[in-house]
Amino acid sequence: MYQYNDKDQTLINERVTQFRDQTERFLKGEIPDDKFRALRLMNGLYVQTHAPLLRVAGPYGLLSSKQVRKLASIARDYDKGFCHFTTRQNIQFNWPALERVPDILGELASVQMHAIQTSGNCLRNTTSDQLAGVAIDELEDPRPYCEIIRQWTILHPEFAYLPRKFKIAVSGATLDRAATQFHDIGLHLVKNEQGEVGFKVFVGGGLGRTPVIGQVIKPFLEKQHLLSYLEAILRIYNLYGRRDNKYKARVKILVRETGLAKITQKVEAEWTLIKDQLELSAKRISDMQLQFTPPEYQAEATQDTSYSDSLVNHPDFATWVKHNTAEHKIAGYRAAYLSLKAPDNPPGDCSDSQLDAIADLADQYSFSMVRVTHRQNLVLADVKQGDLFSLWQKLLPLKLATPNIGKATDMICCPGLDYCSLANAGSIGVAKEINEALESMDYVHDLGDLKINISGCMNGCAHQSVGHIGILGVDKKGVEWYQVTLGGSSENDAAIGERLGPAVSKEDITPVIKTLLKVYVEQREHEDESFLATFRRVGVNPFKDKVYATY
Amino acid sequence: MQLIKDKQVIQDDWLFISDDTPLKADYNIVSIARWQQQRNQLSQTKNLGLRLEPDVAIEDIANDLSHFQLVQLFFPVFTDGRAFTHARLLRSRYGFTGDIRASGDFMRDQVFYLNRVGISSFELNDQDNAQQIIQSMHDFSVNYQESAA
Repeated sequence: MYQYNDKDQTLINERVTQFRDQTERFLKGEIPDDKFRALRLMNGLYVQTHAPLLRVAGPYGLLSSKQVRKLASIARDYDKGFCHFTTRQNIQFNWPALERVPDILGELASVQMHAIQTSGNCLRNTTSDQLAGVAIDELEDPRPYCEIIRQWTILHPEFAYLPRKFKIAVSGATLDRAATQFHDIGLHLVKNEQGEVGFKVFVGGGLGRTPVIGQVIKPFLEKQHLLSYLEAILRIYNLYGRRDNKYKARVKILVRETGLAKITQKVEAEWTLIKDQLELSAKRISDMQLQFTPPEYQAEATQDTSYSDSLVNHPDFATWVKHNTAEHKIAGYRAAYLSLKAPDNPPGDCSDSQLDAIADLADQYSFSMVRVTHRQNLVLADVKQGDLFSLWQKLLPLKLATPNIGKATDMICCPGLDYCSLANAGSIGVAKEINEALESMDYVHDLGDLKINISGCMNGCAHQSVGHIGILGVDKKGVEWYQVTLGGSSENDAAIGERLGPAVSKEDITPVIKTLLKVYVEQREHEDESFLATFRRVGVNPFKDKVYATY
Repeated sequence: MQLIKDKQVIQDDWLFISDDTPLKADYNIVSIARWQQQRNQLSQTKNLGLRLEPDVAIEDIANDLSHFQLVQLFFPVFTDGRAFTHARLLRSRYGFTGDIRASGDFMRDQVFYLNRVGISSFELNDQDNAQQIIQSMHDFSVNYQESAA
């Protein structure tokens, strides 16, 4: 993985010094609230219901075991012993004290981490595929480009005060695991007719209040023009994005109101003027690729026979392998998902002791690296098949082996009313209730691939609009209600969920979900027809009829 | 007026004159509207400055830049980042070599960026400490992007 050089380290050290000074000046009353707000947000610091929330950048979801141990110690020393992994591969602490945040940033800087631009109206952390570099369906590893983009975005002097936040995601695989079509800019590594690899560029995707699927602005962009093209889009957005209404300020609205053709024309005109000045050299790219050279895989990993024996002798292990591991491009290896969705665990939360144990497991089994997924789980990406059984045995007591990856209980969930000052309704409680209602793991497995996403407000942090089942908390005269959508998807077949009907009460939301699942099981043509496929075939009515006949 | 120019505290006579106020003898900064209405008369003055508001289309005034020794970028509110792009384009695209001056509601914690996109002087707001502002221009000794200054 990328290792900081002196320049990278100097920059984050100087950022700590700068933010320490800003915090001290704020506490002395020398910076007014509104101005400090902008400054702290650009360091990932929100002021929340109970305490500030600090969001730490997880660059394209890749963490070293050393960094994971540091997160554990920060959780212990500055928080209540846990942290939360987010849908953008970041890490959140829910209980830090404002005056100690500069110390936390100092701790992070000691392991090449920071919280720069994890919030605020600026260029955010670039996200990617959690299986980058190991996926069998990958054209090219996206991470070198993610790191090039990371550096370009950090403290970009021209784009620090954008109309609104700006998110970029990069995927190098056939299956889009990074929700790239729901980012302000989505980049797909693709091959053109001449066999050259470049980027397909999507613009104007986004979730939140107005979910929009990104549109293709450039079907094929040569690699050397990556940064100039991003800069052209950002410049047009900075100049023309709306600043009069924060709900209409994202680039998706600019694209919608101006029209894709006209925006493309503006971006291309701008790009023509700058493309030669910001060219990425082949050497810059190959030097960066060297930072992501594959670890030293062992050819003899395939010779292990204990794995197939364990699959036969331990059905629970076989179930875990089936649901929580993925194929690896190197024979004899698999990628193992660590589920942060155990039944009684707030989705995405991880305790300090779990973090320490995960770091040890990464050292032992996966070249000291851990990945964060956009569905709020973790991955040890390079596990020898012969090690999977002992890894699984160690994950069990840590409650990290729930075999539910991509299944109904692998819900994406925001912190909701329990922590967030924006929320209208609880979300963790709903996730817990649904989990309890689906207690039989066999039933969960029978339901197959199913993405349930729960957000506590319109801001949609848990991506409810692209859940196969989306649940959105709304406030009706001080009472929590829930709006349900069906049929969303953040993958290649991107779709925004369709509304089921009127919102349902808090008491009814779990029974409604159970009813929806029952309708699906009745309607599916065969066991392998997924919820999404069934919904697309039969439409919303069978679900609607059953739910509103009862609730 | 006291201000910071090229990282030094200096005094100079430049002043923005609102459209309904008579001009001084020299060192006037005028709006685009006034420039367009009184172009011939204004061209006679020795030192002339132009104020740009964030909603300006910078390409529209590009051909007039040779008439100005100074461009003032006015911040109605510190969160409006369009002037950052304007400064950069003035320097790197339109080759403006005169003084580019920040005015209005920018804050000390933005001067590092503003300096990097090509702003060369900063008007002081009442509560500002000039030395601290100059110091903030050195918040970072390294960066990942080119400067336009």
